[in-house]
Amino acid sequence: MSTGACIVGIGESEFCRGEGSGLSFLGIQLQAATRAISDAGLSNQDIDGIMPFPNLGTAESFASNLGCRDLRFAATLNIGGAAPAASLGTAAMVVSSRAADHVLIPAGWNAYSGFRAAKQVAEQTFAIPGGGIARDYYIPHGLTAPPQWYALIARRHMHEFGTRSEHLGAIAVAMRKHAQLNDNAVMKGKEMTLDDYMAAPMITDPYRLFDCCLETDAAAAVVVTSEERARDLPGKPVKILSSAAGQPYPADEITGRVDMFRTGLTLAAPRAFAKAGLEPSDMDFAQIYDCFTFEVLQQIEEAGFCGRGEGGPFVEGGRIELGGELPVNTHGGLLSEAHVLGMSHITEAVRQLRGTAGPRQIKDARVGAVTGWGDFGDGSMAILGN
Amino acid sequence: MGADLMARPLPLMAGLTEEFYGYCTAGELRFQRCSDCRVWRHVPRELCAACGSFEWSWELSSGRGRVFTWTVVVRPLHPAFAGQEPYAPVVVEMEEGVRLLGRVMDCPPEELEIDMSVEVAFDDTGEGVSLPVFRRTG
Repeated sequence: MSTGACIVGIGESEFCRGEGSGLSFLGIQLQAATRAISDAGLSNQDIDGIMPFPNLGTAESFASNLGCRDLRFAATLNIGGAAPAASLGTAAMVVSSRAADHVLIPAGWNAYSGFRAAKQVAEQTFAIPGGGIARDYYIPHGLTAPPQWYALIARRHMHEFGTRSEHLGAIAVAMRKHAQLNDNAVMKGKEMTLDDYMAAPMITDPYRLFDCCLETDAAAAVVVTSEERARDLPGKPVKILSSAAGQPYPADEITGRVDMFRTGLTLAAPRAFAKAGLEPSDMDFAQIYDCFTFEVLQQIEEAGFCGRGEGGPFVEGGRIELGGELPVNTHGGLLSEAHVLGMSHITEAVRQLRGTAGPRQIKDARVGAVTGWGDFGDGSMAILGN
Repeated sequence: MGADLMARPLPLMAGLTEEFYGYCTAGELRFQRCSDCRVWRHVPRELCAACGSFEWSWELSSGRGRVFTWTVVVRPLHPAFAGQEPYAPVVVEMEEGVRLLGRVMDCPPEELEIDMSVEVAFDDTGEGVSLPVFRRTG
């Protein structure tokens, strides 16, 4: 089964820290967007639908810069890093119904040179998940930022299931290994062992430095159209077999959840697999939103790649590395490639399914899953195939 | 804005949040409780998510609970908390079933344990509002 829609173009900016991109937050996204449009064999003016990432630009400004004179569809899914994979599903509905024909989904920011996450949390309380609840019930106690929120869940998981720091480290090490095969990864050339991981400073227990995603200047974009329209385009389309989103309950408050491990993906993944008519074991790879290591472990469990509580042993022994049973984040992910808000998980999945992933190509990759994680645990999954 | 960022962040005293912290400042921990199905709730909500009733009242908590989970912040990510590290925001499951975030004031982070018994206390911020915190009882 399929949605009838496909990804026909992908594009990325250069990913960097150091001196920064030298572009505005909109400029770096437009660089990725124009590369994606060109990759699709389209012109900028062909774009008639745009789905910007939450708080990172309006469709109007994208369209005005690109010269899109007939923008017919514009929407943003306000689910943070779960937006890109969920937006594939929305875009599929849009192109299938002919509400628009060529939907651009961009994401990107100057998260290194522009603003830093810690600074944003202090200055823009209203912009963080939970809004007033975080302001009134978390931040006064010093619970102020994403690694701290999620560490609460990780600590509880360690208590209930015996998950250990070495398990989290196995994830960080796997992402770093994959980054060594990716010229655009900012951690290429910086190899890391489990000992290096364990020796790094603690940030918010149980998260050490290398449990935390990078802050980088980075953007990526994709173009979605119908399978019918794709036949007239030059490239090899990658099919959007399914996409689904879900939210934890309550979505705006973490501490009171009866089941703290039940996140958006717990609900979204079974929907995505059912719609595609596939099982977790059918996946040739999984690109899993890796804001922090434990979130990878948790999503592996909640998506059904293993049972709840089994994630620790699952990620060991190279199982999530290239050549393993379920290669995860073959580009290096947010932890070791760059923080592209989940969009580079999609561009990497497309490369794997086109067979253009170079030294990290999974042989004969036919179908793979991409997840998104945002805000207080909103989740999404898209299943792509060739 | 720089100077403000160093100030201790406090809840915005408005609506149900003002009522909740008003009780804390008076030395009482009260949570909303549905008048119809009797389910307790926290954080404050407009209606009962269990039965849909808009009827509720602020009822006194026993103040007792057990540690559910925590994190130890070693590198503060908000300037107002710089210098307090290491400190531990702790989620406590209260006897009423709701969970409440706060620090356990008399417990160094390394001594925290899941299911540790605690009771509520109140931390006067000196800014006209007290925050709920905890003391060890076990």
